[in-house]
Amino acid sequence: MKRFQHINKKTNLLPISFTHNHIIMIQVKNLSKSYNGTTVLNINELEIPKGQSFGLVGNNGAGKTTFFSLLLDLIQPSTGMITSNSIQINLSEKWKPFTSAFIDESFLIGYLTPEEYFYFIGELRGWNKADVDSFLVKYEDFFNGEILKNKKYLRDLSKGNSKKVGIVAALIGEPEVVILDEPFANLDPTTQIRLKKIIKELADDPTVTILVSSHDLQHTVEVSNRIVALQKGEVVLDLVPSSETLKELEAFFAA
Amino acid sequence: MAFGALYFILVFLGLGAGSYYFIEEVLKKEPFELINKFMLYYFVFDLVFRFFMQKTPVMNIRPLLYINIKKDTIVNYTLGKSALSFFNIMHLFFFIPFVVVLCIEDFSVLGVMTWLLGMLATVLIINFLNILIDKKDVVFYSVAVIFMALGALQYFNLFDATNYTVYYFKGLYDYPWMVIIALAVLFVVYRIVHNFFKGNLYLDAGLSTQHDIAKSQHFNWLDQFGTLGAFLKNDIRLITRNKRAKSVILMSFLFLFYGLLFITGAIEAYKNPVWKIFGGIFVTGGFMFSFGQFVPSWDSSYYNLMMSQNIPYRDYLSSKWWLMVIVTLIAAILASFYIYFGWEVYLLVLAAAVYNIGINAHIVLLAGAFTRTPIDLMSNKNAFGDKKAFNFKTLLLIIPQILIPLALYYLGIAFFNDLIGLLFVALAGVAGFALKGFVFDKIEHIYKTQKYETISAYKQKN
Repeated sequence: MKRFQHINKKTNLLPISFTHNHIIMIQVKNLSKSYNGTTVLNINELEIPKGQSFGLVGNNGAGKTTFFSLLLDLIQPSTGMITSNSIQINLSEKWKPFTSAFIDESFLIGYLTPEEYFYFIGELRGWNKADVDSFLVKYEDFFNGEILKNKKYLRDLSKGNSKKVGIVAALIGEPEVVILDEPFANLDPTTQIRLKKIIKELADDPTVTILVSSHDLQHTVEVSNRIVALQKGEVVLDLVPSSETLKELEAFFAA
Repeated sequence: MAFGALYFILVFLGLGAGSYYFIEEVLKKEPFELINKFMLYYFVFDLVFRFFMQKTPVMNIRPLLYINIKKDTIVNYTLGKSALSFFNIMHLFFFIPFVVVLCIEDFSVLGVMTWLLGMLATVLIINFLNILIDKKDVVFYSVAVIFMALGALQYFNLFDATNYTVYYFKGLYDYPWMVIIALAVLFVVYRIVHNFFKGNLYLDAGLSTQHDIAKSQHFNWLDQFGTLGAFLKNDIRLITRNKRAKSVILMSFLFLFYGLLFITGAIEAYKNPVWKIFGGIFVTGGFMFSFGQFVPSWDSSYYNLMMSQNIPYRDYLSSKWWLMVIVTLIAAILASFYIYFGWEVYLLVLAAAVYNIGINAHIVLLAGAFTRTPIDLMSNKNAFGDKKAFNFKTLLLIIPQILIPLALYYLGIAFFNDLIGLLFVALAGVAGFALKGFVFDKIEHIYKTQKYETISAYKQKN
């Protein structure tokens, strides 16, 4: 267990590799969320540099979705705060223009066709139809012919297909912060591989900070350049993926 | 819409108890004869109403499928449950007082009882027919067209279908044995529905949600309005593509004729001139009240998206406002048929429309901020009896919506004349309109402070 790069809880020192070179995009301070006295999330300090591909792993109830919901101001923090690009999330709405997310089906408008949905998101983010159309061309493989021009409303799509729509929509409008909760769940193997490629490309873009949560350790290791594990709302691991990382994570979660 | 349910209960009770004497005293007709004559339309209207409002029980069967229960039991249970729906119970509020009146008026008790039984059987027949034709728009619209044609033929004295159906409905009283016919029809319809369901009790047959063939609609002409246009487009799609939202159109359309009750003096209590403005408010305000009171609940299923996307709250609100204003204007134009009853009647409708746009549109948006009932767009389950929708704050907001124009109009009449009264009402509307910016700031603020509560309320479905 010594080989894990644990955060030193007392001093909150981050592993060196994260702290030099980059501008901090997301900063978490003394953040906690509790419901009726039960703390579900408690992060003392966490900094995510701009351009990082941040992987969040943990069991059910570890606090992954709670953290993302706090990042999107869908719930109020009990203590502490999150800033994104120096904007405090729960006080200002100015983070909205550069942030986009796909958390669950409550981010999809069921009675729209995928095209209408993409155009709608495009309009919200200042893209016209032509912009959206040329953007969607890049995802033809990912859609696998099951999304566009299929005469179906989003509410009638399978779980996997609606997930594809949500993920691609979250990439519309060149967001600088992209948050994807469990993007690999419900996708077929081929689509999972294509999604990994998409996320890796985003990760290579130094302007895009991407946060991905997953139950699947292997996927997360492949697409992230930093992995944080949550357990019962606390950060228990914080490491840079290497060839050994997957084994380490598996050992940790097996324990 | 617990309010809606209560309204219908009261109206039905009133009709049940009062219609006999009303027909006798005011219309000077033989009441039982006339009621039986119009029963045809009563039931046709019931079918129309159910088609838009009543949810079929189909989807609830799914969890029962893999349990060790006989298919017959599942089907009987489901159909039995549908018989207990408010849409059936509602009719009791009409028939029972009416039957009591009949007994008081010395009608044969046996005949009255078989008549009642026959009527209730017919209510159930309609209930099961509605389940059968649900999702089959073609069947519904052909039935609707046939009966509209019959209505028109009757209106122009060409052919009166009720002259024939009256024999059946009245026969249930005159010849008690005829109730066997009604019960037999009910039994047959029940068997048909039962077999239909049993044969379709598979996930990929009757139970599967029918996928609508979707066609993208882009409404490019709305692009010139920017973000506002984007929201308007979605609202149009929302209303046209969801059953629950579609019923809003029906309600708005029906409200268009609500003023007739007041203007024609069909109901005694409405003869007071002050009540006319009450009717006037509803003529053009039907959409505002039925759609507006559930803003932002219409967007509840994707509220997280709306709250985290790049959406300024003000644009969102003003798109809803514009939608209400546009529909109110359209309603005001459609209501021009009230000119038939005199130009001052139409003037009243217009003054009320100005009030609706200037004041009520704001109030309705304000009320919405306190209504945190998620709407399941796919179903009509909660069309009645949304307990949470009815709260004290929303009740308080009814006062300015309806009572203030009544008071203004009354003041105008009391001190000047009815034209000045209308002017008062319209001026209040103009004043409200002028304060739009200020009011919107306030509403926006309330929406923002209610944000987290609203999000968590919308998460809890059912």
